Amino acid sequence: MTQSLIAITILWGFVFIYAVMATMDFGAGFWSMIYINHDKTKATNIANRYLSPTWEVTNTFIVALVVAVYSMFPGAAYSLGTVLLVPGSLILLLLALRSAFLVFSHVADDYRKPLTYVTGITGLLIPGLLISVLPISHGPYIDFSDGQTLHLGKLFTSPHEYAFFGFAVASTLFLSSLLLADYSKASKEFEAFKVYRRDALIIGPISVVMAFLIMFTMKNEARWIYDRMMDDLPILLVSLLGFLVAGGALFLPTNKEGMKGMPRVAVIAVTFQYVLASYVYGRAHLPYIIYPEVTIQSGFTDPNSFKAVFITYIVGFIILFPGFVYFWSLFMNDKRYLRQKSE
Amino acid sequence: MDELVIARSMFGITMGFHIIFATLGVGIPLMILVAEIMFQRTNDLDYSVMAKRWTKAFAVLLGVGIPTGTIAGVQLSLLWPGFMEVIGRVMALPFQIEIYAFFVEALFMSIYVYAASRIAPWMRIVSLVLVAIGGLASAVLITNVHAFEGTPAGFEIINGQITNVDPWKAFFNPSFFVTAGHVALSAYVVGSFTIATVSAFKMLRSSFGSRIYAFHRKSLMICLLVGGVFAFLTAINGHESAQKLHEYQPEKLAAAEGLFETQTHAPLSVGGFTDPVTQEVKWGIEIPWALSFLAGNSFDTEVIGLNDFPEEYWPPLFVHTLFNAMVGIGSLLILLSLVAYVWNKLLKKDRFPKWLMWAFVAGGPLSIMAIEFGWIFACTGRQPWTIYRILSTEDSVTTSGNLGTLFILFVSVYAILAVSVVLVLLYYFKRNPPEKDITKAEASHKDIPLST
Ligand code: HDD
Ligand code: HEM
Ligand code: HEM
Repeated sequence: MTQSLIAITILWGFVFIYAVMATMDFGAGFWSMIYINHDKTKATNIANRYLSPTWEVTNTFIVALVVAVYSMFPGAAYSLGTVLLVPGSLILLLLALRSAFLVFSHVADDYRKPLTYVTGITGLLIPGLLISVLPISHGPYIDFSDGQTLHLGKLFTSPHEYAFFGFAVASTLFLSSLLLADYSKASKEFEAFKVYRRDALIIGPISVVMAFLIMFTMKNEARWIYDRMMDDLPILLVSLLGFLVAGGALFLPTNKEGMKGMPRVAVIAVTFQYVLASYVYGRAHLPYIIYPEVTIQSGFTDPNSFKAVFITYIVGFIILFPGFVYFWSLFMNDKRYLRQKSE
Repeated sequence: MDELVIARSMFGITMGFHIIFATLGVGIPLMILVAEIMFQRTNDLDYSVMAKRWTKAFAVLLGVGIPTGTIAGVQLSLLWPGFMEVIGRVMALPFQIEIYAFFVEALFMSIYVYAASRIAPWMRIVSLVLVAIGGLASAVLITNVHAFEGTPAGFEIINGQITNVDPWKAFFNPSFFVTAGHVALSAYVVGSFTIATVSAFKMLRSSFGSRIYAFHRKSLMICLLVGGVFAFLTAINGHESAQKLHEYQPEKLAAAEGLFETQTHAPLSVGGFTDPVTQEVKWGIEIPWALSFLAGNSFDTEVIGLNDFPEEYWPPLFVHTLFNAMVGIGSLLILLSLVAYVWNKLLKKDRFPKWLMWAFVAGGPLSIMAIEFGWIFACTGRQPWTIYRILSTEDSVTTSGNLGTLFILFVSVYAILAVSVVLVLLYYFKRNPPEKDITKAEASHKDIPLST
């Protein structure tokens, strides 16, 4: 494996981890808004219990992602930075409002509702804008003749862009409702569990339809990547199977308390589904970072710098890993936290 | 050209806004730690209440510090792609390591806040120490990038290509330790004097001898002690920073001092405004020979003046005022703590006079202004370069255009955040006055695991 291939693999890993964490995070914010008036179901409490300790960690991942791009592919960072000025700035603005208001909503009790609405709505827009980086990287909206210019008009009138946008929103809601169903089950919040299981069952199929829409529009607008993805059709089919397994797991046996389904299995199956699909997508995208001008070779950093950065990844991982495990055990796995009396 | 000005203003405002929250984010954890330790040593519940209240304020401030920092990090690539391409190739390490510092801070901050009642007392202290280290490390590391901009090292440019990259040499560039030290020390000054501001103000508003007065007085005293020590260290280290400028960026020092002619026995001009036409500092006070001594520890030191550089390389001359203001505030803060010490410990007076109390109230805002002045001095004083003598600001800026609308949007969002963060803090602390927390703490010792 060449150094640039190792680097892009690391980057892909970061993108994937961030994508999963962010969907949970943004989705939880959205659900906490939707169920804010359903005191009985505790669905909002569950969402907040997940969200409060995690948003900061999730946010750090997006910073890690940006830093990884410019430390491993500074050449690509130049083009990405130029092209993404407008969409990137919009994301930043929404993200700033969302993070701040999320924190404020936990402090200023009397204003919780309006603040939660800001958090919930921005939380749906951000994933849609974030994922727009992908269709942009497919090339058709960028003019390379005079420097690099993104044609916003062309981007925002393209069905391909909206297919991605819709997919991001649907996936956000799907993954987060699944995870929250699992979280409610662990917390023994029966009502909340029912609500989130129902939501997952409704939105799951929508997210798959959106994925098909992406492929469909891709065929017209970015033929090069469509053809390459089709070379890996068998893997895509296995990925679809993961979705079916997840659906099945939600209908599986009812436990003693009457909670129907095994959401944990569903979460794992869906994660598996997304890993496979994004692997196929990523492979088809290679070697281009921005088609057709920037490749992983042309954008790659100095080899000495890469070595140094790579070593810090290893050292950083060794240092941080126990911290993550401790964090997980306190907030995802500690019955005292999960089953606390909802205030 | 216009786009360049907008880009600079936009980034400058982002940084100027972020830096307030970031600096408090470095400074306040130290004060929380001091309060926790005082509590363990004295078993006085007031200190534990202080730690809790400061933590709340800190968590709210982080709610703005983190997203604005995220903006800063991403905006670097969006506005200055030319700059970040070089940084990516040569100076990626500090950014990379900073990520780990962010993670440490984020993980243990959540643990300290949301798991406080479920972890052992010693684990709370460990979490807090890790939060403080995480914040400090992120500040030190990002400042290292700034240090590199002034004293680049660890690479060569041959035929316009970056070669012979040595990332660790770039990391340990000549001004790293001095600059990072200055930012860290001054952040502790800001943290302690900002809390002192609140305490002093509350003391003025409550009657002498009351329970609440005593509470705020304890807080004021530890803040003045910590703040005074760090203000002193900041000044010593600032002197070293200036010596680094003398060595590595002489035109910046010349602009800071308004010195035009190269000379030994150079005078130090305090105050006033630099006039480029008459080539002198108007209305300033001149201290003969002092600049030479400060720059090189001897009166014979030759200090290079602006006239030795082509005029297009001159930094803007108003940095003289910024530099003076920062140093002036630093000296004032040292003086304030000294007066407080003399008044309280040597003269053994039981209370401070009103004018002194108001001076303490001013300390926090002044220290934040010093931070702003210091940064604007350091960044604009580097003009026209983003990387000294290697990359110009003009060549760093984005080619995208259309920055105007974005500029307005960002400024509006900062305005919203600034207003709402103040309102939220006021709301929360009005709802939860210290009386309430003290009563709660006294009623249930077991709520505070540290008391065991
Ligand atoms: C509470 C804040 C504070 C205080 C009291 C001081 N400073 Fe400062 N100073 C900063 C906060 C700061 C800063 C904001 O942290 C800067 C901006 C960039 C940097 O590296 O640190 C800075 C920069 C800075 C620089 C420029 C470094 C460069 O351009 O690379 C010099 C020469 C000094 N300082 C010197 C001093 C001296 C002699 C002080 C005497 C009291 C002093 N500072 C007090
Ligand atoms: C260590 C981190 C920092 C880095 C890497 C950095 C880098 C830069 C860069 C690349 C520019 C654009 C070029 C220029 O106009 O100078 C800039 C400008 C600026 N920065 Fe910094 N900066 C840092 C910290 C700060 C901080 C904390 C402040 C806080 C006030 C600040 C204030 C400014 C201002 C005001 C400008 C506009 C300069 C002008 O108008 O001439 N910088 N900085
Ligand atoms: C160009 C300059 C800067 C950039 C790019 C930057 C970037 C960032 C980012 C990305 C965050 C959010 C971290 C997270 O997601 O957890 C952040 C927060 C923070 N920054 Fe800045 N920053 C800059 C300047 C500074 C300076 C000069 C200081 C110190 C005086 C500082 C200290 C902090 C601190 C203490 C936080 C608080 C939160 C945390 O550590 O997680 N930053 N900054």
